[in-house]
Order: sequence, then structure tokens, then C-alpha cells
Amino acid sequence: MESLEIAKKIQEKYPDEVVSISETRGQVSVILTKDRIVEILRWLHDDPTFQFNHLADLCGVDYLGKKEVRFEVVYNLYSIPLRHSIRIRAQVPEDDCSIESVTGIWMGANWHERECYDLFGIEFMNHPDLRRILLPEGWEGHPLRKDYPLDGGGKNWSGYDEVVEKAKKLSQYDFYGIYQDPTKKTGLEDAREQD
Amino acid sequence: MPENKTDLKETTREEMAYEPYTIAMGPQHPATHGVLKLDLELDGETILDCKPTVGFLHRGVEKLAENMSYAQTLPLTDRLDYIASMANNVAYSIAVEKLLGIEVPLRAKYIRTIVMEMARLTGHLLWLATHALDIGAMTVFLYCFRERENLLDMFEEICGARLTTSYTCIGGVRQDVTGHFLESLYSFTEDFPSKIAEYETLIDKNRIWLKRTQGVGVVSAEDAVSLGLTGPTLRGSGVEYDVRKHMPYDAYPYVDFEVPVGSKGDVYDRYRCRMEEMHQSNSIIRQCIEALPKGPIRAPDAPDLVMPYARQKRVVADATFASGVIKLMEDTEHFIEGDVYVSAEVPKGELGFYFVSDGRGVPYRMHIRSPSYIHIGALPFLCKGQMVADVIAIIGSVDVVLGECDR
Repeated sequence: MESLEIAKKIQEKYPDEVVSISETRGQVSVILTKDRIVEILRWLHDDPTFQFNHLADLCGVDYLGKKEVRFEVVYNLYSIPLRHSIRIRAQVPEDDCSIESVTGIWMGANWHERECYDLFGIEFMNHPDLRRILLPEGWEGHPLRKDYPLDGGGKNWSGYDEVVEKAKKLSQYDFYGIYQDPTKKTGLEDAREQD
Repeated sequence: MPENKTDLKETTREEMAYEPYTIAMGPQHPATHGVLKLDLELDGETILDCKPTVGFLHRGVEKLAENMSYAQTLPLTDRLDYIASMANNVAYSIAVEKLLGIEVPLRAKYIRTIVMEMARLTGHLLWLATHALDIGAMTVFLYCFRERENLLDMFEEICGARLTTSYTCIGGVRQDVTGHFLESLYSFTEDFPSKIAEYETLIDKNRIWLKRTQGVGVVSAEDAVSLGLTGPTLRGSGVEYDVRKHMPYDAYPYVDFEVPVGSKGDVYDRYRCRMEEMHQSNSIIRQCIEALPKGPIRAPDAPDLVMPYARQKRVVADATFASGVIKLMEDTEHFIEGDVYVSAEVPKGELGFYFVSDGRGVPYRMHIRSPSYIHIGALPFLCKGQMVADVIAIIGSVDVVLGECDR
């Protein structure tokens, strides 16, 4: 089925949900409000005329200052048996930065959604294990937001500072200095003396 | 092993005589193929739960790409799947070309198909080498590296680099191939099927190999699709999904090849799929060399993207390097507003690029759909109820590379 035809069918069934339909280079996206997103995606997954069984990609986009609604969660769907595709874009406003999880439809959405949460701070409700994934726990901010500076704001991650402290402490023991200066005490001897 | 899987179902966690214990496999474990950490919860040697931790190699490629022109991001794609970087270059280029609406000349399409299949061979050879080494077959490792070395030498001949190739450019390829390269590649493809047979004699009838792979890490077709698995990992379960056939790009519509599929979805079937794929890649390379047309290697309508700094030469008045690049990034002639998602079949699976463009020469948003990331996400499902030793076989069989996973 043609992508545009699928988009029209979605609009027919959910006229209140569909905000607009856009097309770029033959690829059709349907822009939706987020409220009934799981219902719509489940319908696209289960309906025999669509059979979108392959969630090719899920990611977030930040339209800071560009669009009225700041975030979008993008679902790229593909049907392996019927060989057609569609892109669903769900709008997520900044003041209510959460959307229903689709892990119940595609198991593979789990890590996609964790990544989106990690890098954009969009919360996925009813997600089985919503933690940071690419960045360490305790990281401040969400790097792919447009207001996050490229250099990270000049602040180090707290874990990094810990590692540097540790390295500084260890560097006072010159374990390998013995090869340059045989009279110099090695770290091992120093430690033994302390015992 | 299946017997243990049924045993596991009978004992629930409450009934167990002792607490399950947790061990961390990785991130410095040699068989996790990089910095992958798995927290395994064990009952004896049976795995109750497996929690992968990734992100040790996170470099923020997507954030960087938002601050660079399209041509500048291309070398970053080498660092995704660094064992088959040619394939990433091609995948990135076709995605940008789709956004720009550029039609690539036929010769460039054929050359790209050749290098992409060569990348598939290098990827599969390294996979076979390490997978066999993990399971305990040392000799295969050395045999595979022998052929991989030949292919890397040929990469060096066409672009000067063995691993970080950056060979393609937006609108074609950077340099034309030489006759010597084509001759040596053709003679390589003549020998290569016998080399595959050599690997097969080493492991295919080896009883240890069969015991370690058959019936291990089984995933049904339905679950595999739901998990988002792609590439040979999916095809091992019997789903015929190959981007080269489903959404043909470059010269794939013009060549004749088959997509091998398995049936059981275990480690052995995934291994067989990749071995058959090597035969197919070999045949594709031969067909492309035989049919390689003459003509240009770059599209004429993407001049500033082919040579990123050509525009800077034109703007003589403020011809500092940086301002030239900034001018290029603000280029609004070629780009349109909109978004595209384009994927390509790389050795690991489906590598997709999603671009949002606001009409400037810089992507507003680039997202990389990396197969390894999804495959590692599927590991908890695949490992549950298996033995510790089987985890190694399963990681090997889903074929992950952490550079691509962590981006």
C-alpha cells in the first residue's frame, strides 16, 4: 500500500488525533497528538491490511524555538510481509514531557525508549526499566536537547572527577621510577615502610 | 541446553535453596567483543537474568553531527562499525543523497556495491574468526584473518586506508578504482569459495562445534521481528528481510543474488546464514566487476558536497578556512526542509539514518539506528535459561560491535 494511502486511512479513523500529514522525497509522516498513540500504533501493528511488525527506528527530536510543541517522538514503521512503510511523529509538549511506552507492541522498543529518555528527557510511561543507558547514572541534563551546549557547559561529570582524584592519589607512588633513578624509592617500598 | 531450560521452569526463585548470585561479565572480558558489560544473575550455571550495560564508548556522534556539515560527518561514520566501515560510508551517503534528491552515476553505484560487499566479507570474516575463537576453534581465527588481510590491502589500494576508509562521498565515490584493483579482486573472488569450504571443513562437522551451537539461543521468527533483530540474526529465524531486496539501493537491483534464511533460529542457523551470505557476496562482487560501466564517479549536481571546500575557493574575498566552512554550513541552495529515514544492509543488520533538515547545510537532527544496539538489547531475551558458556556463543552469533552500539 502507498504510504500516502495509509496516512489518509489513519486520518479517517482518528481525525481528532492527526495534526497534519507531511511528505519529503516520497516519505510520508503523520503527525499526531500523543494521547492515543499506543492505541493507534497497536492498530497499525495488528490490522491485517497494515501489519507494521517491524519498528525500524524510534527517536526523539527537539524543535526548540522552531515549533509550538517542543518535542516529537518519531516511529519509523515497516511491514516485512507487505513491504510498506510509514512514519508516525507524536508531539510531546515541554510542560508534560511524557508519552506512553510501546514496549507492549514491539519488544525492541525497550532500548530505543531508554535512549530517548536518556538523551532528551522524555519519560515513557509504563516502561519496564526506564534508566539512563548511554550516559552514566548521575549525569546532569539531556545532551541532545538544543539548549544543551556542545561542550557540555564546561562542567565535568562527577564520576570523572572521582577518577581524576584517584589517579592523582596513585601518581604519588612512582612504581616505574626505579628504571630511571635506581636510588629513588619505589611506591612498593614506600608502602612497605608504612606497614 | 534445552534440558536445563525445562528444569528452570520447574524451580521458581522462591523455591530455590539458596540466593541467586550475580557476576559481572565484562567490560574487559575478551569474549564480549568490546566494552560490553553483562550482569548475570545465576542459579548454579543457569542464567536467571542478564542485564547488559552499554555506553562505555559513547562519543556523542549525533550531537557532533548537528554542528557539522553533512560532508564533515562522513568520517565519523567510519568509527561506528569499525570492522566494516565501507558499509557505513555507503549507508550514510545514500541517506544524504535521498535528502538532497541526488541521482548517483551508474559507475559509482557499482563501485559502491563492490566495496559494500567487500565490507560484508571483512565483517563476516572477523565475525567467524572471533566467534570460532570464543567457542574454542583456534585455527579458524588464523585462516579468516589471512583472507581479511587481502581485502584490507585492497581497501588500502583504492582509498589509502585499511579501516577508517571514508571512501564514498555524497554524490558518488572519492576516487575511481584502478584496473589493478579490479584484477586482484577478481582473482580473489575466484579463490574465495574454496577458502569458505576450508573453514567449513574445520568446523562444520566438528562435534564440539555442533554441540555448542545447535539448539542454543533459540529465538522464534515472531519474537525476532518483535525484538527488532535484523540482518543474518533475523534471517536465521526464517524471516526473509533484507534491505537489499526490500528497499534496493545502489546497484543491488541490477545484480542477481539470493537471501539465505535459516529455520530454527539457533546459533547454528545464524552461523549457516552468514556462511551462505559470504558465497552470495562473492558472487555479487564478480557480477559487479563484469558489468562495471564506464562513466563519471560523482554526481554533477552536488558540487559542494563532493569537495567540501570547493565553495571556499570561489569565495576569495573571505577565504579563510573557517569562514569557508561556515558558509558551507549555512548553504540553503541544495537542502530542503523535511525528514527522511534511509537504511542499508550492513554486515550486522539494518543500519538506518534518520535526518531532520531545516534547510541549512547542517543536519538539524541525525539519528543512527544501529543494529548492534538493538541486538544487545535482545541479549536478555536470548540468554535467559541458558548456561554461562552459551552466553559467549550467543554474543558471537548476534554479531555486535560496540563502537556502533554506543555511537
